[in-house]
Amino acid sequence: MHIVVCIKQVPDSAQIRVHPVTNTIMRQGVPTIINPYDLFALEEALRLRDKVGGEVTVLTMGPPMAEDALRKALGIGANRGVLLTDRFFAGSDTLATSFALAQAVRKIGETWGAPEVVFTGKQTIDGDTAQVGPGIARRLGLNQLTYVAAINAIDLEAGTIAVARRAEGGVQELSTKLPALITMLEGTNEIRRGTVPDVLRAARAKIEVWNAAAAGITEVGMCGLRGSPTVVKRVFAPTPRAAKAEQVEAKDRPYEAVAEDVMERIFAAQPAMEAELMRTAAGY
Amino acid sequence: MAQERFDAIVVGAGPAGNAAALTLAKGGLKVLQIERGEYPGAKNVQGAILYADALEKLIPDFRDDAPLERHVIEQRIWMMDDTSHTGMHYRSDDFNEERPNRYTILRSQFDRWFSSKVREAGAILLCETTVTELLKDSRDRVIGVLTDRHGGPILADVVVLSEGVNGLVGQRSGLRDELKPKTVALAVKETHFLPQEVLENRFNLTGDAGVVIEAMGTITQGMTGTAFLYTNRESLSVGIGCMVADLAAAGVTPYSLLDRFKRHPSIAPLIAGSEVKEYAAHLIPEGGYNAMPEIFGDGWVVAGDAAHLVNSVHREGSNLAMTSGRIAAETIVWLKRRREPCTKEYLAEYHRRLEASFVLKDMKKYRKIPDVLHNNPQLLSLYPRLLSNAAQAFFRVDGQDKKTKETQILKSLRKQRGIGGLIGDAMKMARAWR
Amino acid sequence: MTTPPKPAPAAAGSRAGMKKELPERFKSYQHVWVFIEYEHGEVHPVGLELLGEGRKLADKLGVELAGVLVGAGREGLRQAAVEAWEHGADLVYVVDHPTLEHYRNDPYSQVLTELVNTYKPEVLLLGATVLGRDLAGSVATTVLTGLTADCTELAIDDDRCLAATRPTFGGSLLCTIFTLNTRPQMATIRPRVMAMPPRQPGRTGRLIEHKVALHEADIVTKVLRFVADRDSSKAQLAYADIVVAGGLGLRSPENLQHVRALASALGGDWGGSRPLVQKGWMPADRQIGQTGKTIRPKLYIAAGISGAIQHRVGVEGADLIIAINTDPHAPIFDFAHLGIVADAVELLPALTEAFRKRLSVNRLAG
Ligand SMILES: Cc1cc2nc3c(=O)[nH]c(=O)nc-3n(C[C@H](O)[C@H](O)[C@H](O)COP(=O)(O)OP(=O)(O)OC[C@H]3O[C@@H](n4cnc5c(N)ncnc54)[C@H](O)[C@@H]3O)c2cc1C
Ligand SMILES: Cc1cc2nc3c(=O)[nH]c(=O)nc-3n(C[C@H](O)[C@H](O)[C@H](O)COP(=O)(O)OP(=O)(O)OC[C@H]3O[C@@H](n4cnc5c(N)ncnc54)[C@H](O)[C@@H]3O)c2cc1C
Ligand SMILES: Nc1ncnc2c1ncn2[C@@H]1O[C@H](COP(=O)(O)O)[C@@H](O)[C@H]1O
Repeated sequence: MHIVVCIKQVPDSAQIRVHPVTNTIMRQGVPTIINPYDLFALEEALRLRDKVGGEVTVLTMGPPMAEDALRKALGIGANRGVLLTDRFFAGSDTLATSFALAQAVRKIGETWGAPEVVFTGKQTIDGDTAQVGPGIARRLGLNQLTYVAAINAIDLEAGTIAVARRAEGGVQELSTKLPALITMLEGTNEIRRGTVPDVLRAARAKIEVWNAAAAGITEVGMCGLRGSPTVVKRVFAPTPRAAKAEQVEAKDRPYEAVAEDVMERIFAAQPAMEAELMRTAAGY
Repeated sequence: MAQERFDAIVVGAGPAGNAAALTLAKGGLKVLQIERGEYPGAKNVQGAILYADALEKLIPDFRDDAPLERHVIEQRIWMMDDTSHTGMHYRSDDFNEERPNRYTILRSQFDRWFSSKVREAGAILLCETTVTELLKDSRDRVIGVLTDRHGGPILADVVVLSEGVNGLVGQRSGLRDELKPKTVALAVKETHFLPQEVLENRFNLTGDAGVVIEAMGTITQGMTGTAFLYTNRESLSVGIGCMVADLAAAGVTPYSLLDRFKRHPSIAPLIAGSEVKEYAAHLIPEGGYNAMPEIFGDGWVVAGDAAHLVNSVHREGSNLAMTSGRIAAETIVWLKRRREPCTKEYLAEYHRRLEASFVLKDMKKYRKIPDVLHNNPQLLSLYPRLLSNAAQAFFRVDGQDKKTKETQILKSLRKQRGIGGLIGDAMKMARAWR
Repeated sequence: MTTPPKPAPAAAGSRAGMKKELPERFKSYQHVWVFIEYEHGEVHPVGLELLGEGRKLADKLGVELAGVLVGAGREGLRQAAVEAWEHGADLVYVVDHPTLEHYRNDPYSQVLTELVNTYKPEVLLLGATVLGRDLAGSVATTVLTGLTADCTELAIDDDRCLAATRPTFGGSLLCTIFTLNTRPQMATIRPRVMAMPPRQPGRTGRLIEHKVALHEADIVTKVLRFVADRDSSKAQLAYADIVVAGGLGLRSPENLQHVRALASALGGDWGGSRPLVQKGWMPADRQIGQTGKTIRPKLYIAAGISGAIQHRVGVEGADLIIAINTDPHAPIFDFAHLGIVADAVELLPALTEAFRKRLSVNRLAG
C-alpha cells in the first residue's frame, strides 16, 4: 500500500524568544524540528507499512531548508520525501495550505500510486489549528478520521479501515472506507530510531523538490497570501496584570499561622465559598 | 548485508571535527561524520570568540556568509576584587579592518553553518548518533566505530576522534585515561538578551563592532579561573570557569560564582534589564601540554579538545581545534595519496606537523602555567586586592601628598606578601610564561 | 494558521493593510451563530459559554443570535433548545435525524454546510473540542472561508468584522486575525475560556426545524462502539470550582499527595504544570495550561509553579488565584491575587489542616 504522511518543520517553540522591546519573534538561531505531533503520524504509518507492506512518502510544504525535516523522516524509515516549495506558497493560512498539500498528494498519487491512507499530525505547535488535516481530507474527498488513538484493523482487499478515535467524553470506534485521512493523536506510539543503513540512505537520498507547477498547481491564486481568507492584523504581547499579588507574610512565622491567614483572606475574597464548602463537606 | 566502508570517520561536529571532515572531503576522501547532537552545535555552549586565521585557512571567504556576531575592536582585561576592578582597555579603530581578526560568534549557529560547508564538500553527516566505541581488529588496530543505532558497525580506514573534552570514546576504547579534576576547568555560561540599541549604547559600539571583557581576581575566590563577558549582536555571553579540582576542594558551585560575578558592581550595570535565555555548563581541558593524551595510534588520531589542545592563558581553543583537525586530515589525505596505510607509524606524521605549527609550540610555551597558578592561589586573590587598594589610594584626592601615598602603597604591598614573595611570584609567572 | 503570523505591526502593502472589501454575494450574510454540541442526550457546556459571548457580538452588530443544534431525538433537542434560549439565543436551528445520533464528520459537515449556505450567518462559532475542531475544519474548507482556531478573545471592529484573538508561538504572543472577504467568519474557542452566561429561566425564542435528506446507506463511516470515559472525574477538572495544582517546586512526585489532600478537603479537583506530565508524575489530562486544560474555577491554588506564560493562559480566568512559591520574583506573583513566599511542601498540609478544622468546627456549630 502507499501511505503519505504530511509533516511540517516548525521552530522549536520551547526556544523561541520574543524581543523585549519590539515584541517581535526572534527566530534567529531558533532550531527547527519536525512538528512533534507529526512523529506519531509517521510512526503509525511506518507500522502500517511494516505490517502490510508498501511505501511511505513524506510530504512537507515549506522553505527549502524544510528538506532537513524530510531527510530526518527518511532516516527514521520513510521511503521517499517530497518538498513543496515555491514563493507562491508564502503566507498561506490553513485553507491555502490544505489546498496546496491536497494538490501535492494528488500529484504524488499520479506519480507513485494513489495513497490508501494520508496521515497528518493532530496539530502543529506553531499554527496550532488542527485544521489542515480536515482541509486536505475534504479537498481530496478522503474519509476523515481525526484524533485517532489506534488503528484496529485494515483490510486492503475490502478497502476498509477501523480505528479508535478520541471523541467528546469517550472513545469512538469507527469503520470507514479507504482512502482515508487520519490525524494521529499524540502519545499513541513511540517514534523509532532508524538503523545505520536507514540514516546512511537518508543522508544520500535525493529529495523530490516541487514548485507549484511541478505539483500540478495552476491556480496559484488559491495559494499563499492570495488564497488565504484570514489575515493577521496584529501581533502583541499579553498585557501584564496591573497589580502584583498581595503578599501574605510568611517569613519567620509558623506555617499554621500563615495557613490561617490565607484561609481568612480566601473567605474574605469569596464570601459565599465558606457556606458552599460547608454544604459539600456535609455531603449535600 | 555487506558493510559499507569509508576512507575516514570523523567523530564529532565541533570546530575540530568540521575542520577535519572538510579537509578530508576536499581531499577527495569518502568521509562519514557522526555527531550525537540533534544538529551540529546543538550540544555546544553558546557565545565564543572566533579567531579568523584558523578558519581562513579552511574557508578563505568565510566572511561572506558565516553567522558572525561582532568583530572585536576593544579588549578589556580586568583585575577584580569584591567591589572594584582595575583594568586595561585596548580599543583601536584599526580593528575595523576589512578582514577583522577576531569575532564573537554563537556556537550553535556557527557550527551549523560550518557543517553546511562540510556537507557541500561531500562529507556525509549523521546526527543524533553517538559513537559508543571504536571497533578494533585482532591486532588492536582501529577499523571502524560502533554507534548507538542498530544495524551494525561502520567501517573505515581511519577514525578522527574530535569528540571534545570528555573523550569518552577514546577512554572506553582504552586509548587514553579518564579526565583528571586537576586538568579540566568547569565553565558556566549564560546568554543575556538585550535590545541591540541598548547594548550598543552601553558598550559604546556602532555597526558590527564588539567588546570583549576578560576578568580575573577575587571573583574566583582564589581558585584558578577567569570570567568573561562578550558582546554579540543582541546578546551578551557571560560566564566564569574554574578548575574542577579547585571547585571541589572549595565546595563552591560554579553557578554561585557566576551569580556573584553578575552582581559585581562593575558587571551588574552592563547586564541590567537583560533576559537570560540560555544556561550551559561545559568542561575546558586546561591542563596544558603536560596533560595531553596520546594523539595518534593504529587507525586513529585525536584533534581539538579531545587532545587537550587549549591555550588557557590566551583563552584560545577553537582555533587550536580547527588547526589540529585540519592538520590531522591533511596528514591522512597525504598518506592516502601515497597509498600508505593509516598505521601508528605513518600517522606519527600528524604529530610532527602539529609540532611544526603554532599549536604545539604554544602548548609547550605555557606548559608550566597551570601548575604555577594552581600552587599559588595568591596570584588571583591577593594581587587583585592590592592592585585595587593601590589604585584607589592613588586616585583619591584627600589632602595627602603624593609621596606619602606612594610610600604607603609600597608598604602595604610588602606587608601583605613580603619582598621575597613578591619577587618569587614575579619570577614564577615569568618562568611559566617564557 | 499554518504559517506563523508575521511580526506586527504589519507593513503597509501587506495584506493586513488591505482594505476590507466584502464581495457583493456575502453582503446578505447576517447574524451570529453558535454551534451547540449535543451528544448522548447532553449539551456540551462550551456551547452555552459561547452563547454568552455570541450575545455580546450580536448586540454589537445589531443582529440576532442563533444556536445550531444537530442530533437525533425530538424531545432531547427540544430541551436543548430551551437551554439555548435561556442562555441568550434568539432562535435555534434544529436538525433532527437518526443518522446524526453519534457525531460523524461526514453527515455533520454536510448538515452544517447546508445550514450555512441556506441561512447565511456572518459569524459562526464552535467549541474548540475534538468535535468542534473536526467539524469546523471540514466546513470551512467546503465553503472556502477563514477559520481561526482556539481563540481567547472575540470582538467586533469598526468595519463590523470579527476580530479573533488567539495565542501564537507557544503562547508567548497573541495575534488578532480577521477574515476579510469571505463569509461566514468562523472561529473555535476552547471550553472555559469564555464565562458561562447566567441562565435566564423562562426566556424563550424561536425554533426553526430544518429538514435534511440523509440516508444511512450513503454514509460510509460507521460507529462500531462508543466507550465513555470511565474516570469521569478527569473530565471534570476543567469545570471544577476549586482547583489545586502543583509544579516542579514540589520536588518529588510523592509531594503531589499534599496537593490532592488539599483539593479533596476543599471538594475540588487537582492538576499540575506540564513538566509533571513530562516527568511522568501525573497523567496528561491533569495538565493545566495552553497545551493542557483551560480552567476557570472560583479558586485556584498554585503550589511550586513558576507561572510561565503557557501556564498562565490556562488559569487566568480564575476568580481568585493564590500562589505559593519560594521565589519572591517568580512570575506567578505577577498575576496571582494573593501570594505567599513559602515552601509549598510545608504550607500545603498546614492549609489542608486549617480548612479541615474550620469546616468541622462549623459543622459542629451548625
Ligand atoms: C565557556 C567556554 C568558552 C570558550 N570560549 C572560547 C573562545 O572564546 N574562543 C575559543 O577559541 N575557544 C573557546 N572555548 C574553547 C572551545 O570551545 C573548544 O576548544 C572547542 O570547541 C573545541 O572543539 P572540538 O571540536 O575539539 O570539541 P567540541 O566543540 O566539544 O565538539 C565535539 C563534538 O563532538 C560531539 N561528540 C562528542 N562525543 C561524541 C560521540 N561519542 N559520538 C558522536 N559525537 C560526539 C559533541 O556533541 C560535539 O559536537 C571555550 C570553551 C568554553 C567551555
Ligand atoms: C509550546 C509550549 C507549551 C506549553 N504548555 C504548557 C502548559 O500547557 N502548561 C504548563 O504548565 N506549562 C506549559 N509549558 C511549559 C512552561 O513553559 C513552563 O516550563 C512550565 O509551566 C514550568 O513548570 P513549573 O512552574 O512547574 O516549573 P518551574 O518553572 O521549574 O518552576 C518551579 C517553581 O517552584 C518554585 N519552588 C521551588 N521550590 C519550591 C518550594 N519548596 N515551595 C514552593 N515553591 C517552590 C520555584 O521558585 C519555581 O518558581 C509549555 C511550554 C511550551 C514551550
Ligand atoms: N506546511 C505543511 N506541510 C506539511 N504538512 C503540514 C503543513 N502544515 C500542516 N501540516 C499537517 O497538518 C497537521 C495540522 O496542522 P495545523 O492545522 O497547522 O495544526 C500537521 O500536524 C501536519 O501533519
